[in-house]
Amino acid sequence: MVEKKTIGSVVIKLCFVIILVILALSCFLPLLYNLAVSLSSKAAAEAGMVGFWPVDFTLDAYKEIMKDSNFLMSFAVSVKRVLVSLGITLPVLILAAYPLAKSKQEFAPRNIVLWIFVFCMLFSGGTIPWYIVMKNYNLMNSIFGLAICGGVPVFNLILMVNFFQGIPRELEEAAMIDGADPWYILMKIIIPLSKPVIATIALFTIVTQWNDFFQGLVLSTGSEYYPLQTYIKQLVFQLDASQMTQEQIKQMTSMSNTTLNAAKIFISMVPVLCIYPFLQKYFVKGITLGSVKG
Amino acid sequence: MVIPALVWLIFINIVPMFGIVMAFQDFNPGKGILHSDFVGLENFAYMFKMKDVGQIFKNTIIIAVGKLILNIVVPVIFALLLNEIKNIFFSRTIQTIVYLPHFISWVVMGGILLDVFGLYGPVNKILLSLGQDRIAFFRISGLFRTLAVGTDVWKEFGFNAVVYLAALTGIDPALYEAAAIDGASRWKRMIHITLSGLKPIIVLMSILALGNILNAGFDQIYNIYNQAVYSTGDIIDTWVFRVGLNDMQFSIATAVGLLKSVVGFILISSSYYIAYKKANYRIF
Repeated sequence: MVEKKTIGSVVIKLCFVIILVILALSCFLPLLYNLAVSLSSKAAAEAGMVGFWPVDFTLDAYKEIMKDSNFLMSFAVSVKRVLVSLGITLPVLILAAYPLAKSKQEFAPRNIVLWIFVFCMLFSGGTIPWYIVMKNYNLMNSIFGLAICGGVPVFNLILMVNFFQGIPRELEEAAMIDGADPWYILMKIIIPLSKPVIATIALFTIVTQWNDFFQGLVLSTGSEYYPLQTYIKQLVFQLDASQMTQEQIKQMTSMSNTTLNAAKIFISMVPVLCIYPFLQKYFVKGITLGSVKG
Repeated sequence: MVIPALVWLIFINIVPMFGIVMAFQDFNPGKGILHSDFVGLENFAYMFKMKDVGQIFKNTIIIAVGKLILNIVVPVIFALLLNEIKNIFFSRTIQTIVYLPHFISWVVMGGILLDVFGLYGPVNKILLSLGQDRIAFFRISGLFRTLAVGTDVWKEFGFNAVVYLAALTGIDPALYEAAAIDGASRWKRMIHITLSGLKPIIVLMSILALGNILNAGFDQIYNIYNQAVYSTGDIIDTWVFRVGLNDMQFSIATAVGLLKSVVGFILISSSYYIAYKKANYRIF
């Protein structure tokens, strides 16, 4: 379509571009500010001189972090937690989604089982009973506990069921006629065809597990068991002593290590930034998959 | 094959549901759930007398409704604007940047925001250079709800726009050409073709969002609030957490949590049902 280039339409388009750029900058600049602070000298950062570019560039904060055993321990807890939860979530969901994607004729309890899962997604006993039960299971201070305490990720299960339903029945029927059993079909046909949805769920799981701070906070009795986000939360929280006068806050800010905290915050974002390109490739499909079906 | 998932579901999701009996007990951790004294509805009666409780429900609903509306309006406007830009490289770049905040945790974002809006942060620096006084943004109770809604919309608008952008690709380009030939201006085309093409999905998203009217976002609020703004910023989830796990008032916190769970469940189920009836939305 050929658009008439009147002055009005050019101006409007320019306004759109400007608004979009401002929106994008607003998403990007706070992160850049944080990075700039982490790379600046302590003095410059605490004097509030840093904008979006480091002042007196230095890697001191990062060097110091490499010696901070608490931080490194929390980082390790988070990494292990992500790996354990991937190792549990993916096989369990694939196994469950395969029969649940069948029709009611082939797997009679399909609907009732799915509704039970959906019910558990929508209703919960609340934080307190959940905490007491986890405590009684002895899941405190354990990586395994952190990996499973969120319960079954029902949303991801449904995503997978919906994807499996889209795989042509004929493929499976042909394999069955050739004498393949369900296990063989699952391993050799369904899983290879489902790489996109498996990748989506793996990425969602990594992000959720990495970003959680609450379960880590509630299910740990000491800071040595904290996953990284909980550790960061404690850092930020200590800075935010609420009922202080402005003078006290000023004093507190000057005592706390601004650049070090900024560097820790930045490192905690790095894994998400690393998988972000892959995430972006898949999540659009993942979200739209679950919506309206004709 | 479903058994591993069911076992997981039973132990982690279902067993805690029986813990809601605590809401009807004077729960004593020493005695455990089975032996604590049964008090009937006493906790609920007590709860409605606490002036905190009315306030936290009010705060929750105000913040949640604000988010509900703006989390639809802003992403739709963003999608409409982006749709007008035909340069693929530009629109890809914009999308890549605005989706990112969704994947960063509230702990990190909260930390960064408190810093950016802090007394000595960049925002106050700008205010100062404009001749204004420094403002302790996150400590002013009158400002907190606005900031909570605003920062949430800011963090999520790109991600929320994904469904609308996906729906826009389904609009037939021939409609635009026909309208242009008939002399419809850019605005008219945007409103009568683009926006009305988005209408079904906007209606669906609004209905689904209605179910979340009691979810004001624990992760966010917990990471940006402080004692100075409890009066306007304390929501059900943060209150339950503080009263239950910090002050160890298990029963009363469970009762409030239960009330929220039940009402929330009814709201969400009804919204799903309406979405199913009106828009043929199915979960599976």
